[in-house]
Amino acid sequence: MPRAMTAVEKILAAHAGRKQVEPGETVWARVDWCLANDITAPLAIEQMQAMGCERVFDPERIILVPDHFLPAKDVASARQAQVLREFARKQGIRHYYEVGRMGIEHALLPELGILQPGQLLVGADSHTCTCGALGVFATGVGSTDLACAMALGELWFRVPATVKVEFTGRLAPWVGAKDLALFLVSRLGTDGANQLALEFGGEVVADLPLDGRLTLCNMVVEAGATAGLVPAGGWRSSPGAQLEAWLRWDVSQLEPQVARPYSPADVVAVHEVAGTPVDQVVIGSCTNGRYLDLVAAAEILGGRKVHPRVRLIVIPATQRVYRRALEEGLIQVFVEAGAAVSTPTCGPCLGGHMGVLAEGEVCLATTNRNFRGRMGHPDSRVYLANPAVAAATAVAGHIAHPEEVVGSGPHRGPGVEVRR
Amino acid sequence: MARIVGRAWKFGDDVNTDVIIPARYLYTSDSRVLAAHCLELADPEFARRVRPGDVVVAGKNFGCGSSREHAVRAIQACGVAAVVARSFARIFFRNAVNLGLLVLESEEAARLVRSGEVIEIDEEEGLLYLSSGHRLVVRFPAGAAADVQKAGGLVEYVRQRLLKRGGCRRPPCIEGEAGP
Ligand code: SF4
Repeated sequence: MPRAMTAVEKILAAHAGRKQVEPGETVWARVDWCLANDITAPLAIEQMQAMGCERVFDPERIILVPDHFLPAKDVASARQAQVLREFARKQGIRHYYEVGRMGIEHALLPELGILQPGQLLVGADSHTCTCGALGVFATGVGSTDLACAMALGELWFRVPATVKVEFTGRLAPWVGAKDLALFLVSRLGTDGANQLALEFGGEVVADLPLDGRLTLCNMVVEAGATAGLVPAGGWRSSPGAQLEAWLRWDVSQLEPQVARPYSPADVVAVHEVAGTPVDQVVIGSCTNGRYLDLVAAAEILGGRKVHPRVRLIVIPATQRVYRRALEEGLIQVFVEAGAAVSTPTCGPCLGGHMGVLAEGEVCLATTNRNFRGRMGHPDSRVYLANPAVAAATAVAGHIAHPEEVVGSGPHRGPGVEVRR
Repeated sequence: MARIVGRAWKFGDDVNTDVIIPARYLYTSDSRVLAAHCLELADPEFARRVRPGDVVVAGKNFGCGSSREHAVRAIQACGVAAVVARSFARIFFRNAVNLGLLVLESEEAARLVRSGEVIEIDEEEGLLYLSSGHRLVVRFPAGAAADVQKAGGLVEYVRQRLLKRGGCRRPPCIEGEAGP
């Protein structure tokens, strides 16, 4: 009798050309997609050449996105982007997305509509796990791993055991996928899911819009997970499949969550840090720069002003999100509130550009990491929260529950007219 | 297989890749730049005082955070001979194996090794000797990771695989053939 497998084991077995695989074993598996950015691709390209390989295994399967330091912040990053661009042209890589059409890779990929449930995606970026929300086994690797995948169309994987994570109940107003993610990371710790895959379920996850499921899977790497997965299509865990653990939380009482410096696992309910003054608020990133994130922020910012002492930076995650936000009046809401709105880029999320912090400054961001020095000076401090908390904080000038700004009435705050 | 003798540099749990090499230096993969800023957020003296052959000893989840290989390269550029930790974050561990940085797991090293003491690793025996006389078992990479390590890293491993099958599957590039 073959053993019953989890969804992740099934995907890996199919790509390894095997009937079954077991957690802990290492297998060579075929990859469907290879992803890299302006930081990791130049190294991968160099390594691929060192491997003696001149051509990628299949140019249709490579996706290159210059998103981190682009539009180029200096000559060195312009050069890195140039390497990417030239490689794409030379190799005939169609999935190359230029400034003005690109987006943050993990937000851009789902928009392209090319990923199918049951596929395998490797990306030279740790947040590649985001696309697990589409039922894909998506995992982050380094540049040399990616070079191997681009050269051979294969890579080795250690089969992760699966932990089922179920959220039940009903989320309170102003609580969303980001809060589930922060809550989960705080419960698991920064390495609680190392070498594990997290498979999400429960009615709360089923009710999340795709934007939210992407946010949830985005942050599994903050708990060390190999991958996060919202099963889709025919790729589901069989009954009786062996799980490492089965975690179930009723999240009806969950408040908006905030991670304190300097760990995404140091998480408290927003009321515990409410009142903390901030210098800057950033709304964007592969975690929370999608359309519904901007809608949540606009619900609070509509008809209000950013606090005089605060800088609010809003960065739509992709060009498509940017356009939709423009068409539906969200960008106008942000600009009128006194925010700086930027073309898609990772920018401040990794302390690159577009909002780097000075010594001693405090920022609340919708990003995913608040390590020491992540967003600039080593003695700056970053808090992580959902877009509604971020917007409320920008208005209040200190960390605030959205209800502090809009009152506890109906969910939709005043001031935004979203055209349909 | 060799013996490694070097001074121990001790670090705590969850040393992340932003601490190993902050993102603001990722505009380059120049090993001199990476070496000069290696671990500066954890120990500003490290980059200046580390000597070739020294060993980094850390707690759990070493190398968590981003996928940047610059973290491994920075440590290598300092001449560090091995990193011994209670556990490694998955991507850092892969990167280290792929690039030929020796990574060893030990439950006890982070607790028992004193900063600055000279320690000895016997790769053959899989043992770590402390100046206090303690002897600790260290775990080496296993499975496919061991194969890659044996080949001297992933570049060499893939190079050999490609050579065996007679090079790249596809013909060499023709400039401008089918660009975007
Ligand atoms: S937005 Fe931040 S976390 Fe996401 S890919 Fe960019 S730098 Fe990485």
